[in-house]
Amino acid sequence: MNDWLPAVLWLPLLVAAATVAARRSTTAQRVLALGTHGAVVVLGVTLVVATRDGAVLVEQVAGWPGGVSIPFAVDVFAALMITVTSLLVLVTSTFAVGTRDDDDPYFHALVLVLSGGVYGAFATADLFNLFVMIEVALVPSYVLLTRSGRLPQLGAGRVYLTVNLLVSTILLSGVGLVYATAGTVNLGELAGAAQGSVAVALAGGVVLVALGAKAALVPVHSWLPRSYPFASVAVTALLSGLLTKIGVYWIFRLYAVMFGGDERLHTAWLWVLGATMVVGVLGALGESGMRAILSFHMTSQVGYILLGIGFFGPLGLAAGIFYLLHHIIVKAALFLACGAIEHRAGTGRLSELGGAARHSPWLALVFLGSALSLVGIPPFSGFVAKLTLIRAAVLETEYVVAGLAVVVSLFTLLSMLKIWNGAFWGGDPEPAREAALVPGAAENLPDVTDPTSDVLRRRGADVVPDPLRVPWRLVLPGAALTLLSLSIGLGADVLLGLAQTAADGLVDPSRYVEAVTR
Amino acid sequence: MSTAVLVALLVAAGVYLLLQRGLVRVTFGFVLLGHAANVLLLGAGGMDRRDPPLLADGSSAQAADPLPQAFALTAIVIAFGITVYLLALAGNGGERDAPPSDAEPSASGGAPRTGTPGGAPDGDPAGDPSAGAVAGPMTVPVAGPVGDPSADAVGTTPTGAAPTGPTTGREHA
Repeated sequence: MNDWLPAVLWLPLLVAAATVAARRSTTAQRVLALGTHGAVVVLGVTLVVATRDGAVLVEQVAGWPGGVSIPFAVDVFAALMITVTSLLVLVTSTFAVGTRDDDDPYFHALVLVLSGGVYGAFATADLFNLFVMIEVALVPSYVLLTRSGRLPQLGAGRVYLTVNLLVSTILLSGVGLVYATAGTVNLGELAGAAQGSVAVALAGGVVLVALGAKAALVPVHSWLPRSYPFASVAVTALLSGLLTKIGVYWIFRLYAVMFGGDERLHTAWLWVLGATMVVGVLGALGESGMRAILSFHMTSQVGYILLGIGFFGPLGLAAGIFYLLHHIIVKAALFLACGAIEHRAGTGRLSELGGAARHSPWLALVFLGSALSLVGIPPFSGFVAKLTLIRAAVLETEYVVAGLAVVVSLFTLLSMLKIWNGAFWGGDPEPAREAALVPGAAENLPDVTDPTSDVLRRRGADVVPDPLRVPWRLVLPGAALTLLSLSIGLGADVLLGLAQTAADGLVDPSRYVEAVTR
Repeated sequence: MSTAVLVALLVAAGVYLLLQRGLVRVTFGFVLLGHAANVLLLGAGGMDRRDPPLLADGSSAQAADPLPQAFALTAIVIAFGITVYLLALAGNGGERDAPPSDAEPSASGGAPRTGTPGGAPDGDPAGDPSAGAVAGPMTVPVAGPVGDPSADAVGTTPTGAAPTGPTTGREHA
């Protein structure tokens, strides 16, 4: 079993090379890519089953003894992250097949490399290897962001690229400083190091700041809403669940192991996270494009997720981990639902949309479900996530934070209503001819206004009576994620139990540390 | 001490270049910052706290710490790849495209763009979305290998100012 841990990295990379070799056949690429994503989902579920009792699987790569090798270590937290992110990659890749994003012969290869880097970042237990994995994930994301989408993508790609490059440099310097002060970058050997020495704590702080910027915490969040909405809809959904979550996951991990959940920093964390929640949701209210609203929400939700760090109790951490998993699923579902409309209508501006609920009622249902889940309405997973978080806040007597979480939820509801009113309710948008200009939306559309045209009678003509109707192939991926959110909400005990095990592993990382250094 | 001064100088110069407008200057800024990080990594080494992992010939005082060298080597390779990509972007119109002034994907055409001073004083209509709209959606797209040409052509049509030219007769809704 342990021999297969590095497979989360090498399998996607290997298949990425294969898809490039098979670039003449889109079908072969799709089979290879989707098959690999499915295989990683299976591997992830296997890992969750193997670690559900709190066990830690470690592979000391190449058989070097612990402390010398660069270990891969998976506990239930990492296994859950690998499972959920691979599921997300699978679903969004299916969506990308539907939007024909994969007409680009390198699309699947880029997504595979990206996903491999993300899984590797979750599985590694070495800070320098983390830097490498983040770079492995970032480089394809640069290319995806600049190659997909419309004209402004170069400007957006530039913001994304420069900010992430700067943050990566800071991360690298931080890792160097950790090595200089602590003499190792192996997470197992770094256990508790920051508590004993101010110098190590400062070096670790540099790493934490870099990770915070990757996770888009306020005040280093503004790169995200300025770049994500400009990619193609499938790529936005893909990136939403992967790259920022590396930052979030590693903040949990590093703060738990290296800082031992140092209580002296809790107030600072709560200030940063409270600001993140509020600024993110207010920014979302001020936006007028669907994906821009959702991108700002990501910032706000990251604030919720990391609140567990601010409490650092078993319940708070479990709530944070549960929230993280729920958030990846629901946010992607929202991006896919809004993206499907945007792909069809050719615009994401709410003032130019409308009536989508009449054109595609099932899509409206998908959006409604995931929006309610994001806000935290039962029976969806968001309710359990927020309830557990607020319970943890009350237990820690952080009443202000608990109140803030409720108020921010209300604003979240407001901005979801904004999307609903703008895009789903109401009449058709005014400049409907925009739809005809979207490549792919109208290419097979017969000219039904011309009575002499026999195009309607032509055999095999793909007659689309309603150009704004979203086809099933774009509805189903989002629907699958929304159903998953619903089932997590209904059977919350299972995931909550796993999140509790993961949280216990963070509160007392001795088992992890022992397994990594052995 | 000299290492610290060197890192400080490299970071200062790198940050100065990063704050410039042109993408080529930004690229060189990142090159300098990468050098600073590498010098920092090399400075972080020291054999006084470890034994040689394989062979114990000679004294460890004479040996160099191999780990930071491996770190720096990896970081150099990554930085090299990204530098090449940045330069490719700069060469393919990234220089001309101002960063988005508003986080709305389709607002780009309608909203006034911030100017592109500095290294991009060209009047190429294809570089400016609003100018592209005047010429109609058939404007020659900018970015050769970067981006799909047809997507670019449509992207230049601002949704705020729909083309007033002959309609295609495809309005259905």
